[in-house]
Parts: sequence; structure tokens; C-alpha cells
Amino acid sequence: MEFKGKDIISIKDFSKKEINYLLNYSKKMIPYAKGIKFKNILNGKVLSSLFFEPSTRTRLSFESSMNRLGGKVVGFSDPSGTSQKKGESLADTIRMADSYSDAIVIRHPHEGAARLAAEFAEVPVLNAGDGAGRHPTQCLLDLFTILSEKKRIEKNKVVLLGDLKYGRTVHSLAYALSLYNVDLVFVSPASLKMPKEVIDECKELGVEPTQTSNLEKAIRDADVLYVTRIQRERFPDAEEYNRVVGTYRVDNDLLKSGKENLIVMHPLPRVSEINPEVDKTPHAVYFKQAFNGVPVRMALLSLVLGGEL
Amino acid sequence: MKKELKIPQIKDGTVIDHITPGNAVKVLRILRIPRGNSSVISVAINVKSHLGKKDIVKVENRELDPHEVDKIALIAPKATINIIRNYEVAEKHRVKLPNEITGIVTCSNPTCVSNANEPVKSRFRVINGDPPRIKCYYCEREPDDISERII
Repeated sequence: MEFKGKDIISIKDFSKKEINYLLNYSKKMIPYAKGIKFKNILNGKVLSSLFFEPSTRTRLSFESSMNRLGGKVVGFSDPSGTSQKKGESLADTIRMADSYSDAIVIRHPHEGAARLAAEFAEVPVLNAGDGAGRHPTQCLLDLFTILSEKKRIEKNKVVLLGDLKYGRTVHSLAYALSLYNVDLVFVSPASLKMPKEVIDECKELGVEPTQTSNLEKAIRDADVLYVTRIQRERFPDAEEYNRVVGTYRVDNDLLKSGKENLIVMHPLPRVSEINPEVDKTPHAVYFKQAFNGVPVRMALLSLVLGGEL
Repeated sequence: MKKELKIPQIKDGTVIDHITPGNAVKVLRILRIPRGNSSVISVAINVKSHLGKKDIVKVENRELDPHEVDKIALIAPKATINIIRNYEVAEKHRVKLPNEITGIVTCSNPTCVSNANEPVKSRFRVINGDPPRIKCYYCEREPDDISERII
């Protein structure tokens, strides 16, 4: 399977076979991601890390991945110190990064920015989130977490909870999970339902998602509960936000109605949608999920830069 | 039928027929007609025909390349292109959307990168011909008001 030089823009650019290959390869990266084993397979390679929007996990895990494999990182996490501030186009910024490095990772507020970057760059471009659009590496690490915890992705019942309208991770994840023929349930406040086009995509892949507002009932026989944050910035009115944000809260009391081996995932950051008391239970896998960003991104960087283990 | 003609027959040129009623002017915009030539152009809007109302555009003394005209299928998917030579229809072609449309429609997503100040044209993949459905190459948004988004 040829990944060298490939852009990682959308999960939809990958076949199921390619995703499976990536997930298996990511597993091999775990001891390297933990610093137990060392291999400088990206020695001499430079990654441009262009973060036009805030990020904690994605940026740090990409940079950690590059460093763990012996590569170097240049870039910025705040565009105010760059020529963008002087009005430079993204296309020109990308042309520069292209000439200074061997791969580019980009997070940008405009949807489609990574696709545009890939048009102007010769080196591979990895999308670290474009506005409310795609976030393929998050999707891959979510799949990797389900695979690691449940030993398979197929035949699980997965409940997606929270802001299903604007949350970029859930759109890609619903699509990707449909490739694996899982049982999908969408739980959200009425104003934040999963968009119709995402549901249609699931149906095209042969999955009929169920939509409900009853979380307790939905998790009763679920294997995975994927929680997302309700984003305050989407609401013009604080009162309306407060009313919606409290609709669902995952706590130990709620989890009693679920299966013993139900796992709770969250792309983080969380605000109040998961009570911290859940952190200590075996249900909580969201911190492991955040760690999984490293082996998955190590696998991707290694493959697109042609430095395989 | 000849008795009902609202605009005269042309001797040589191109007739775009069966345009969705009300869209003739947009068709001209898509084709960038007139464009610095002296062709006489006649436009008829809401003409009655046996299939209901339609618009017609006649461009005299100029043969449009049918493939160039295909993109009008975005707003007039049932249109036909007739090349006229000496008052006779020499070639007839039903418009068919190409696989990709660039620089004709703006993306409906205000935060799409194609609407930012970047050196790229709008770009859409065609996912259905009739009714036309297109998806932005950059942000994957599908505009539902294509005819309102003609540049």
C-alpha cells in the first residue's frame, strides 16, 4: 500500500483497506510513542506545523510524533506573528512552508483550507482540522481507540452524543464507522441534530442510524458512548446555551444503566458534559484516546514521509 | 410552430433552446455573452411551447462549442444547443454537465476557503446531472440555490 507523498485531508479519501492498514501500523508505533523503544526513521526530515487556530492535543501530539521518530518541527501556533497578519494569502504561506520542509500539518479556521494547501504544496499536507469541516487524524485515532478497547470495530453499538450539528469529529466518525457496519445511535438536543447529509452518507454505506433524545435508553446495550462538547460560540444567547448545555450529563449514575464494558470516549476538551467522577471508572477511555493521537500520527507521518519501521 | 415565433429565425449561428424559464439571462452570464463581438443576440423569456414555458437564446453568426455550453446544464438541464447553418439545424446537442465546474458558482459556505481571498477559483464536483447537484471541492458543502450563486 503506497502512502508516501499522500495528502491526508479527509477520511473519505481512504478506503476501508487503507484505514485498516493505518490502524494496524499505528499499533506497532505504541512502544515508540511511549518512549520505550527508539527509532530515528524520520531523521533529517522537517515538519511544518502551521496552527492558525488554537490546539492542545492535536498540535502537541503531531510535534511529539515527529520528535519521537527523529524528525524536527518548525512552525507556529499563533498566526499573529506571521505574514498572515500582513495580509499574506494562505496559498503563499503554504508555498513557503513547502520549500522549507518535507511535510506540512495545518489547522485553519476556513473549511477546505487543507485541500487548498495540498494544491499549492508539493510535499504531503496533513489536515489537523479545517474550521467546522474535517479532522481526519482525530477520526483515525477514534477508530484506533475503539479497535484497541473492543478488539474490533464491527458489530459494536456506538452512541454519538452532544453537538452533532457543528461537531466536526462526529461527522467524519459517523461516516467512518458506517464503513464497518456498526450500529449507530445519535443523541442530541433538538437544535443540534446530526445533519441530513451525514445521515444520508451512513445510509449509502448500508447503516441506518437511530436518532433519539433518550440517552439512558440509548446506552442500555451500547458498547461505545462518544461524547462531544456543546460549543458555547455557536449560541448567540447565553441563556439558550445554558439551557442546552445541561441537557445531557454523563455521570456514574447514568453509566449504571449501561453495560459493564461500555467505554466512554471524548475528543476533548470537555467542559461539563462528563462528570470528573467518571474519570476513575473503567468506562473512561478519553485520556487513553488522547494518547492514541501519538501512535496514529506517528504512523501517518512515517508513512507519508516514507520512513517505515 | 413558425407562426408562433417571437424572435426571427437566424441564418447562421447557435440557438440555445429549452432553457428553464426565467434563466436565459443567467445562461448568457455563464457563457460570458456578449463578449466583445458584434454578434446579434436575441433572448426570449417565458415562450410557450408544447412542453410548457421555456427561454430561448439565439446568437447570430457564431457557432458556440457545444462542450463549452455544457456548463449551462447547471441551471438549464434540459437545454439543447442547435448549430444553425443556412437556416437549417446542422448539429443538435443536449447539454450534459461536465464532471467538474470551476469559476461559475460561488460556494454557499461563507467560511469556505474558496470564498476567502485566495488565488483559486470556486470548484465543484458534479454529483447529479438532472436535477443538478454539485459539491464544493474544498469544503464539501452542497449548495441548494445554484442559480442564485452564478458569478
